[in-house]
Amino acid sequence: MNELRTEGLTLRYREKPAFADVSLSVRPGSLTAIVGPSGCGKTSFLNCLNRLTDLIPGATASGSIRLGDLEILKPDLDVVSLRRRVGMIFQKPNPFPLSIRKNLEFPLREHGVRGRAELDGILERTLREVGLWDEVKDRLGSSAMSLSGGQQQRLCFARALALQPEILLLDEPCSALDPLSSGVVEDLIVRLKQRYTLLAVTHNLAQARRIADVVAVFWVQEGAGRLIEVGPAAQVFEAPRDPLTAAYVNGMRG
Amino acid sequence: MSRSRADRLLVWILRGSATLASAIVVLIALFLILESLPILEKVGLARFFSDPSWHPAEGFYNLTPMLWGTLFAMAGSVILATPLGVLSAVFCHYYAPADLAKPYRRLIELLAGIPSVVYGLWGLMVLVPLIGRLHPPGPSLLAGILILAVMILPTIALSADAALANVPSEYRRGAAALGLSRWATIRHVIFPAARSGLFTGVILETGRAIGETMAILMVCGNQVQTPKSLFDPVRTLTANIALEMAYALGDHRSALFVSGLVLLAFIVLLAAAAELLSRGRIHV
Amino acid sequence: MSDRAAATIVWAVAISVTGVFLWLLADIVWHGFGQISWGFLTSLPRDAGRQGGLSSILVATALILLVCMAASLPLGVGTAVLLSEFSRESLFGRGVRRSLDVLAGVPSIVFGLFGNAFFSKVLGMGFSILSGGLTLACMVLPILIRATEEGLRSAPNEYRLGAAALGVSRTKTLLHLLIPAAIPGLMVGFVLGLGRAIAETAALLFTSGYVDRMPESLLDSGRALTLHIYDLSMNVPGGDRSAYGTALVLILLLFAINSAAWGIAGRWRDRRIVTE
Repeated sequence: MNELRTEGLTLRYREKPAFADVSLSVRPGSLTAIVGPSGCGKTSFLNCLNRLTDLIPGATASGSIRLGDLEILKPDLDVVSLRRRVGMIFQKPNPFPLSIRKNLEFPLREHGVRGRAELDGILERTLREVGLWDEVKDRLGSSAMSLSGGQQQRLCFARALALQPEILLLDEPCSALDPLSSGVVEDLIVRLKQRYTLLAVTHNLAQARRIADVVAVFWVQEGAGRLIEVGPAAQVFEAPRDPLTAAYVNGMRG
Repeated sequence: MSRSRADRLLVWILRGSATLASAIVVLIALFLILESLPILEKVGLARFFSDPSWHPAEGFYNLTPMLWGTLFAMAGSVILATPLGVLSAVFCHYYAPADLAKPYRRLIELLAGIPSVVYGLWGLMVLVPLIGRLHPPGPSLLAGILILAVMILPTIALSADAALANVPSEYRRGAAALGLSRWATIRHVIFPAARSGLFTGVILETGRAIGETMAILMVCGNQVQTPKSLFDPVRTLTANIALEMAYALGDHRSALFVSGLVLLAFIVLLAAAAELLSRGRIHV
Repeated sequence: MSDRAAATIVWAVAISVTGVFLWLLADIVWHGFGQISWGFLTSLPRDAGRQGGLSSILVATALILLVCMAASLPLGVGTAVLLSEFSRESLFGRGVRRSLDVLAGVPSIVFGLFGNAFFSKVLGMGFSILSGGLTLACMVLPILIRATEEGLRSAPNEYRLGAAALGVSRTKTLLHLLIPAAIPGLMVGFVLGLGRAIAETAALLFTSGYVDRMPESLLDSGRALTLHIYDLSMNVPGGDRSAYGTALVLILLLFAINSAAWGIAGRWRDRRIVTE
């Protein structure tokens, strides 16, 4: 698996920086939790990694993001194949208003998988991987909108996993779910840990403590979000180096 | 075709259709100007306001009687329709019980959709004889004002309706908490808050009034004269074009296009006024 | 002014406006009802329209509308898609929007002049259904674009982001996700445009012509319902009864179109609530 690293990454929305000078190395196969108070650019950071910022008018990124040998910020990058390697799960589950089956097949077809047998195989494999297979195998033709919130989010996972990504970007994947579904999705994330590299933005410090290998702390300083501390989860929570981190993880600030 | 090439092709096709769509207004101005050039080159623009009369057969091209017709009809109808339309919207929002407001609004929307010829037919068959009994001949500026007022009322009513809907409900509740009566709230709190939307509505209805052709044509009597009283027959710029284009040739036709340009100029001025208003440069 | 007086005035306004509307409607229905029959709708007009029916008029109107919608739909949808999905803020997009706003305010008689100069004269279509229909298409375009754009904007942004994150092309996103979501808006726009086109007279006066024969092709002149009403009431002595009959037919048609728009808009709102 390839290592993902950013160097001096800065994102500006029309001259105003969302975050500045973030240098982060992500170990393959780990789960990095990105934490910090609202407004310090965590989601914007994630959006840079799969070039979703291209869709936001006025957003310019500078610095470097490397996935193995590939420089993600280069202008002539094939973003389509990038987004196959780097998948994203959004905070609010966003299945398409299509059937469960079509939700999964639509992106697969886009990426060249056409054969019926192959599609069916991937469908079953990914739905099993997210624990949905038994729940939906008899109604693959029904609308994805008829699933519960937790099921919809797991479907979104399946949809991203079907493309066999290396990296999964998770933007507060559990925050829009009820506690029960949240637990189920959290278990899924833990199961995915070794086989994929995961970056998860989260406000839920207890969750980060439970499942993250590495924690990266963002904070607003000098008008932009900055990475103030990064390290193994145990160390960041038990013995943080930065006083702001200490205050944040102990619930006193932010 | 590769994905990004298909996407690029799509964008170019879409840009093409958008360019075509936005070119129409330019073409309109262009062709109006082209068709007006012959007479403008021949007699110049000033004659359109200073000739003894409008008599193209004899080379007289004064538009002013018709300009007055247009202006008086527009002014009269706007003065009449605005309070009626605004109060209709006020009725819907603040006075009508819920199950009356909806059908009333629907009624206004239906009124907005009635074709101008149908208004004209009713005006011709009902309104004109009524006025004629009051004060002959019947077809008159008054008939034009009345029928135009009915026609533009839905425009101002629907604009006012939208403007009132945009006023935050906190204003009404705040006023009620201060013990203000319903009308006092509307007059002193709601109207100022909805001011810009209301004025946009007035501008829209004015544009509609200036541009109306068929109904005015059918009830105004179509004599080319500057009206001295409400009961005089008049002819508006729009009616003039409609009546004479059918048989106008050469210079005459060209002159009619000039009056079309004058109309377009009015509309552009109105649009500019609306733009300045919405940007807050004109404070009313 | 006292609150009581104000309330009286407001109610008086509402009642008078309703009264005028009912007066107008009653007049048309009263005088036109006797005219309407199957024969009226299916026979040709005779004696300058005093006798006979509306068949050629209805056919001409239908053809004009066909040309109008066929020309404006592709152009309108394409422009709306561009404005909503690709050029929302750009200079080009703002320029397009500005020109469409001005277009929406142009009086119909000026469209008539334009159509006469451009379609009839320069493009050589003469007085024809084609010329009239294309002129109407220009008029109807802003309405169509506005409604379609609204429909597209109502598609949740999550669709766009989710599809992009999966590497789906914008074309596919548009075809499979966004346009289906925008169809109700499009239909409302279509129906509104149709209603506007059917009610139009001045733009057709010197583009589609006056001939009341049955049109044989799109290049034939044809008389629309609205022009028939105008001609019968202003130029044909004794044509009033037929004018009223035609007016009633027109109003009924418009009512049907208006109800369709209303029904679609209502179902669109309900559908959105269900999928949230």
